[in-house]
Amino acid sequence: MIELKKINKVYDDGFQALKDIDLTFEEGKINVLIGPSGCGKTTTMKLLNRLTEHTDGQILIDGKDIKEINPIELRRRMGYVIQSIGLFPHMTIYDNVATVPKLLKWEKQKIKQRVEELLNMVSLPPETYMKRYPSELSGGQQQRIGVIRALAAEPSTILMDEPFSALDPISREQLQDELVRLQKEIKKTIVFVTHDMDEAIKIADQIILMKDGHVVQKGSPQELLSNPANDFVKEFIGEERLGNNQSLPPLNKLIVKDYPSIPSTLSVEEAVNKMVSNHVAGLPVVDAEGAYLGVISLYKALDHKKASLVDLVDNTVMTVQETTDSNELLSKISGEKSIIPLLSEENKLIGVVDNKKLLEALHQIYKSKSGVA
Amino acid sequence: MSFITELGQYMAENSSDLLALTIEHLLMVVYGIGLALLVGVPLGIIAAKYEKVAPFILSLTNILQLVPSLAMLAILMIYFGLGFETMVIGLFFYSLLPIVRNTYVGIREVDNSIIEAGVGVGMTSLQLLRKVQFPLSIPFLMAGLRVASVIAVAVACIGPYIGAGGLGKEIISGISLQSEVKIYAGAIPAALLAITADLILGRVEKKTKQRTV
Repeated sequence: MIELKKINKVYDDGFQALKDIDLTFEEGKINVLIGPSGCGKTTTMKLLNRLTEHTDGQILIDGKDIKEINPIELRRRMGYVIQSIGLFPHMTIYDNVATVPKLLKWEKQKIKQRVEELLNMVSLPPETYMKRYPSELSGGQQQRIGVIRALAAEPSTILMDEPFSALDPISREQLQDELVRLQKEIKKTIVFVTHDMDEAIKIADQIILMKDGHVVQKGSPQELLSNPANDFVKEFIGEERLGNNQSLPPLNKLIVKDYPSIPSTLSVEEAVNKMVSNHVAGLPVVDAEGAYLGVISLYKALDHKKASLVDLVDNTVMTVQETTDSNELLSKISGEKSIIPLLSEENKLIGVVDNKKLLEALHQIYKSKSGVA
Repeated sequence: MSFITELGQYMAENSSDLLALTIEHLLMVVYGIGLALLVGVPLGIIAAKYEKVAPFILSLTNILQLVPSLAMLAILMIYFGLGFETMVIGLFFYSLLPIVRNTYVGIREVDNSIIEAGVGVGMTSLQLLRKVQFPLSIPFLMAGLRVASVIAVAVACIGPYIGAGGLGKEIISGISLQSEVKIYAGAIPAALLAITADLILGRVEKKTKQRTV
């Protein structure tokens, strides 16, 4: 994990590039720094491998202050991919990929194995490509080499400075897809700088939107799209993308709050009565403190009238947490027959998801997208 | 027509002498340029790496180049006496500018993105120089070497004035004897030497360029 604490960067000419930046780059996630040019996104990234030094504040990598790490060592421990690719034109692909392992004085056999493995990872057969020179490869292939060169010495962190922006649109799409696929295998902490919002939305786990040396908003792509912090964020994301992402209202708008529930101390008989009088087929069961225990279904209750309520409770029913995103719920909900209780973080019952309201909200979105309404 | 046969006859009769002179000529050039490489490449690198001393180094080599060759040799003769070594030193001074300048330019011309990549992956300044900057500057250095060797072959022709040998000996004695045949017998091999050096080094230069652009 990389933490930036109260980072300021003032250049010699007095220009303050970064102002009080507090940031955390999460382990194993793709963190995208984005913003208009001059917002400080590249500067922020270059602080991490000390290509630029911060004026004050503290940067911690796994709890260690980077000012205490030798910059050369630090850089060998971090992968670095740049926009202009920067392959060494006088070296073969093999030597390019092997650059950092060679600097770290790995054994020859180990280097060879690693290079072959990496080339296979990006679908460039080693037999064909190892001996070629960068100029014999297409732009997209060159940047693939750029990416695996950064991965070669198995760094835990990879810095990527607009790596795909110089490529043609097709290669760019391909490399983005490949990065997402690769990340599932390698699970590195990636700090990715871009100015392309589509790219950010596509690949990011966390987007950090910057402007004039400040962090304006950070969060998952979904969060930014559904809840832009201010007009600048809205403008930067663009109406079109915001429109496309018209999403469901938050979960607590989609539930029946006064849905009946039943304390576990009552009898099955009473549960049946309550369901019948409320015209429902299932009831959430709670304990004396209001904590959720499970669901009792009408059919089960009618079959076992003599049993105790606690024995009949089905606690395998799907539930959702208060903090769950409505859109996420949609992907889980299909085929769910039972009622879906909504729980607070303390496991207290808040209500039950209202299928009808959910359906209506969905219709609303569908209409606006297809232009019916 | 008779002149050409006369020249051919003369050159055939004196072929072993001419060959010896040619070899001597070549040796002066090779030693001079060798020394210039030994000194000039590091100087060029220093100039490229330390921006502050660059103007100093470059103008010094420039001045050396500006001194007329005969004057330079005369001055050198005062300090080093007559002979082969003095000529080698003179050629060394003359070859310095193209070699230093081209090394300097070659290293400065390495694309910034390549430098950034090198620094970014954690190369030390020395590793960057050894693995990236210097190899990439070689085509420039070869171009400098080519220019230097052509100049050196020419300058070496005035060697006999300061007691060094070489093909100049034949030319100068031809001048004093007013013998056209002798002049040509010295000048033609010297010209061939320059052309050959230019062709060979030109080819080498081209070859080194292939990979680096």
